[in-house]
Amino acid sequence: MNKTFTCILCPNGCEIRVQLDGTEILFADGNKCPKGAAYVEQEIKNPVRNIASSVLVVGGTMPLCSVRLTAPVPKSRIFDVMEKMKEMKVSAPVKAGDVLIPNVLGLGSDVIATRNVERQETDA
Amino acid sequence: MEKIHKQAVIIGGGPGGLAAAVELKKKGIQDILIIEREHCLGGILRQCIHDGFGLTRFGETLSGPEYAQRFIDEAREAGIEASVDTTVIGLDRDRTVTAVSRKGLVQYQADAVILTMGCRERTRGALSIPGERPSGVFTAGVAQAYINLKNKMIGRRAVILGSGDIGMIMARRLTLEGAKVDAVFEIQPYASGLPRNIQQCLKDYGIPLYLSHTVTKIIGEGRLRAVEVSRVDENLKPIPGTEKEYPCDTLILSVGLIPENELSLMAGVELDPRTRGAVVDEFYQTNVSGIFAAGNVLHVHDLVDFVSLEAERLARSVASFLEEGLPGAGIQVETGGYVGYTVPQKITGRQDAVLSFRPRRPLRGACVEIRQDGVCLVKKKYPRLLPAEMETITLPASKLISDSSIKVVTSGE
Repeated sequence: MNKTFTCILCPNGCEIRVQLDGTEILFADGNKCPKGAAYVEQEIKNPVRNIASSVLVVGGTMPLCSVRLTAPVPKSRIFDVMEKMKEMKVSAPVKAGDVLIPNVLGLGSDVIATRNVERQETDA
Repeated sequence: MEKIHKQAVIIGGGPGGLAAAVELKKKGIQDILIIEREHCLGGILRQCIHDGFGLTRFGETLSGPEYAQRFIDEAREAGIEASVDTTVIGLDRDRTVTAVSRKGLVQYQADAVILTMGCRERTRGALSIPGERPSGVFTAGVAQAYINLKNKMIGRRAVILGSGDIGMIMARRLTLEGAKVDAVFEIQPYASGLPRNIQQCLKDYGIPLYLSHTVTKIIGEGRLRAVEVSRVDENLKPIPGTEKEYPCDTLILSVGLIPENELSLMAGVELDPRTRGAVVDEFYQTNVSGIFAAGNVLHVHDLVDFVSLEAERLARSVASFLEEGLPGAGIQVETGGYVGYTVPQKITGRQDAVLSFRPRRPLRGACVEIRQDGVCLVKKKYPRLLPAEMETITLPASKLISDSSIKVVTSGE
């Protein structure tokens, strides 16, 4: 079977043509770097994605803090991870790089903050 | 009114302005001011919370806010002055910059002015979509700001017009936030965004992309209720009888970006109708001496990494300008075939020049040539050329055979 993949690892977006026997790759070309071949292999066996979203902040200068995962998770678990992010509330201040949910759902990936949110100073 | 003297005034504190400021400081220019109309530096990156930035510039993949923060931290450490919540309302040919903030009106006399104002989005008005005027019609960037910065969900069922990168990224974002995105419609016969975004934002979530389709009517009183979509012919005209109604409460427009050049025009900067940005030489200097431009205000980029790199090159030439002046550029760069434009549009011929360009339509296995006096100076093969992807071609100064104009063309033209 012949299949074409668009590699998502970098903006080149290489179009990789692959000849498959079941899940076995017989032949692949079109990738400009070795990462492309590894991507196709991963994509056939267990596709993974990184996701970015935001979590609620209490007492911050911003209502939200943007977050992302430190490692990609199986595509089939994206919406489960989103649920966890939606349940999350953090108190300001938050610093970019702070681990907000370690090892989310046991998937071996942390949810980290990607921006600073300062504490809102209130008048006493 | 007394003017405050500055060596360099940078208008716009987004990725272009920040990179230019940091690089100028590294080159020994001390007296720099960034003027930013928003409350925070970082520009559009603040709302681009998805990852995929920085692979070229930093060798790792970052989200927009993280990418911006690296430059903001560097600028702060370098002690670069930034005036936020301040809008530039005037720019003159003699490099007088007039700015206004809550503190009042200020005028600066700059030795060099750096234009890094970025872009704004094309809106429904620019497309003249017929129909009613309900709420629920957003440009992709506005939708992104509501969701990612303001914590406001904009709708439950969406249709997207235009396959620009921001539109596709918003299709994914809305889906992750629980909305249903029924389809993306693109009037051209090809996608206008990057192939990786078609995969990771649309195909991953089962969102169909319909090429050669456009929205021909907006329906709804108060709130959007549906859009009518039609197929278009090869002249992009809707084909009668192909209308189909899509129920939705939200329409996202991702139909192009327009460089924000009102200030440039005030100063008499000449614009290129193809890029809608300034005409520049290889130093990024405009036709007005001492006024330079880079980033999205010069030509729309698809990657922020290239904005930073371009602004850094600009900063190095501004440093030379301030120290010893720059030579004039007399060689015009013309285009032909499917090459849509180049930046720069003129060169000195004294040093190697990197020309950025985009094709006017998708091409496979195309060759691009640089010609002078009918002679091919450089030829480069591209397995794939897409309007969505900016490409470069280098012209070594040693290859030039005269002072006449050069032409960048696709082969066979």
